[in-house]
Amino acid sequence: MAKEQHAYEEFMKGLWRENPVFVQVLGLCPLLAVTNSAINGLAMGLASFFVLLGSSILVSLLKKHIPKQVRISCFIIIIATFVTVVDYSLAAAMPVIHKELGAFIPLIVCNCLILGRMEAFASRNTLRMSIADAFGMGAGFLFALVALGGAREILGVGEFFGISLFGPNFEPWVIMILPPGGFITLGVMLLYFNWVEERKNQIDKQIAAEDGVN
Amino acid sequence: MGDLGWIFISTLLINNFVLAYFLGLCPFLGVSNKLEVSFRLGLATIFVMVVTALCAWILNTYVLIYAPYLRLISFIVVIASVVQLIEMAIKKLSPTLFRALGIFLPLITTNCAILGLAIFATNKGYGLWEGLVYALGAGMGFTLAIVLMAGMRQEVEKANEMPKLIKGFAFNLIISGILSMAFMGFAGLFSSS
Amino acid sequence: MSEDKIEQDATPEEPSPLRLIGTLAIAGLASGIIIIAIYLATFETIKENKARELRESVFRVLPNVTKMQKLLLKEGKLVVSYEEEKGEEPIYAGYDDSGKFMGYAIPSDGPGFADTISVLYGYRPADRKVIGMWILASRETPGLGDKIYKDAAFVANFDDLAIEPPIVATKKGKSKPNEIDAITGATISSVAVAKIINKGNAHWVSKLPEPGNEPAYEEPAEPAAPAASSEAVDTQAP
Repeated sequence: MAKEQHAYEEFMKGLWRENPVFVQVLGLCPLLAVTNSAINGLAMGLASFFVLLGSSILVSLLKKHIPKQVRISCFIIIIATFVTVVDYSLAAAMPVIHKELGAFIPLIVCNCLILGRMEAFASRNTLRMSIADAFGMGAGFLFALVALGGAREILGVGEFFGISLFGPNFEPWVIMILPPGGFITLGVMLLYFNWVEERKNQIDKQIAAEDGVN
Repeated sequence: MGDLGWIFISTLLINNFVLAYFLGLCPFLGVSNKLEVSFRLGLATIFVMVVTALCAWILNTYVLIYAPYLRLISFIVVIASVVQLIEMAIKKLSPTLFRALGIFLPLITTNCAILGLAIFATNKGYGLWEGLVYALGAGMGFTLAIVLMAGMRQEVEKANEMPKLIKGFAFNLIISGILSMAFMGFAGLFSSS
Repeated sequence: MSEDKIEQDATPEEPSPLRLIGTLAIAGLASGIIIIAIYLATFETIKENKARELRESVFRVLPNVTKMQKLLLKEGKLVVSYEEEKGEEPIYAGYDDSGKFMGYAIPSDGPGFADTISVLYGYRPADRKVIGMWILASRETPGLGDKIYKDAAFVANFDDLAIEPPIVATKKGKSKPNEIDAITGATISSVAVAKIINKGNAHWVSKLPEPGNEPAYEEPAEPAAPAASSEAVDTQAP
């Protein structure tokens, strides 16, 4: 069915092709700060996912009632409400994670990704598509967070999700879990994505050239 | 070295908002290609930060004791309003200044650094003076980082051969990483007494 | 395609300022209600979590302690406190099963290598000794400075430490009762911990009552509601 196809495409778009971190380079502030371990990345990813999904649903449902002039303020109020809900829920249910993420949970409000999605998508699309988009972007963000957190944790401490990978003789590359490591790891990952993009372009060009010849 | 001095130097150098706490990255990576522009953005940010610190302290002391759960939403609303008011004031008082700074002010609203400043200052329990000094240090730290970044990017643009792959965000991030490493050298600046 | 994408409205009617303000007001109100709801729903749990965390740290720095209470300095005397007051500077008293006073747990903080370090340490006034130390918060360098809480030997330095003359961190192997062994490669962090405890002592020791006159353990009253706790206690059925 055409509708099913579209929703699925929206989802995949957020996950890979227009991945919020690796392609659009959004939401960097919380990303680098909490990805010093895979579990922190996972927790932040899930928290942001919840806020993105909830806000998308609400904005999409209410889009006809929000006047254009005050839409950004309304989006921010909606997002801030969801973030506060997540903050308190986490503090009650998982106090250890809450302490690890610390002040960066409230900073989800500033995540350009969430506000950007409200403006660019949820306020202009149906509920079903907005949910698909939120799922896709949220999943893409979550994927990026866990990938980054995992990479830094493996190199910086020798563990993945707290499980020691290399045994006690591993000399940890400590800088990886410090701020510079965050910058550099993300930079290298972006480099990889650029490379993949470049390869794809070259292959496409080759195919086009061959087609031209034929 | 008094407490205020420690707060200022610590936030400016050792725990730089951008290079150690990853706040304010959007403008840092996105807008830092021209030195002049970056410097002006930095100044605007310092101003907004100091005003925000003041407002946050007022809110915390007089209003939020009764409703601590409204902290996040009131901070955001205050920051957005403050920026709006500052923009209108600058527009009226000095059109030249407005033309130089104007477009940056709305950008500053979603700058995680401003909200981060308010939240961090609250969590650390800073009073009025400590909060203001903290804001000054944070804003100047942000300006320092973004100006250094702009300077380096301008120099690099003059280079002839830069691999296409590395252009753009990837390169900026790696430079930021090296800059962040350099700033790590400031740690322990005042502890040896 | 057009089934799924809603076109932008073609009618450019300007909503009245009243409508704009009204929308914002409704949004603000709805938001406020939701936030208050979640706050009330999680209040008790968060309070319990904090209390549990505090209890665990106090029990860590005071051996053989099973009960504790919070003390505040009021008019020069230490009194037991159950409420939370803004800007308070509490210390904690620990008691064993029989209610015998075992020591104080004193929080203190100060600059470390990277950022502020928060310390809780146990103090026994009878022989004026530090009897335990626990790092509450720190951002020291992983692998080096973070040994101040990861290195069990360093933490054990504080199990039996004289406080006069003030605690000193030495690199050459401790020989005096007020010395601790600094961590190799993390001298500054180690020295910071010593200074933080000295600072805590300078602030508190003179204000503590004579050994033997510590506040006795009081069984806590019935748990009160989140707000207006004093009234709740009075109206409790006896």
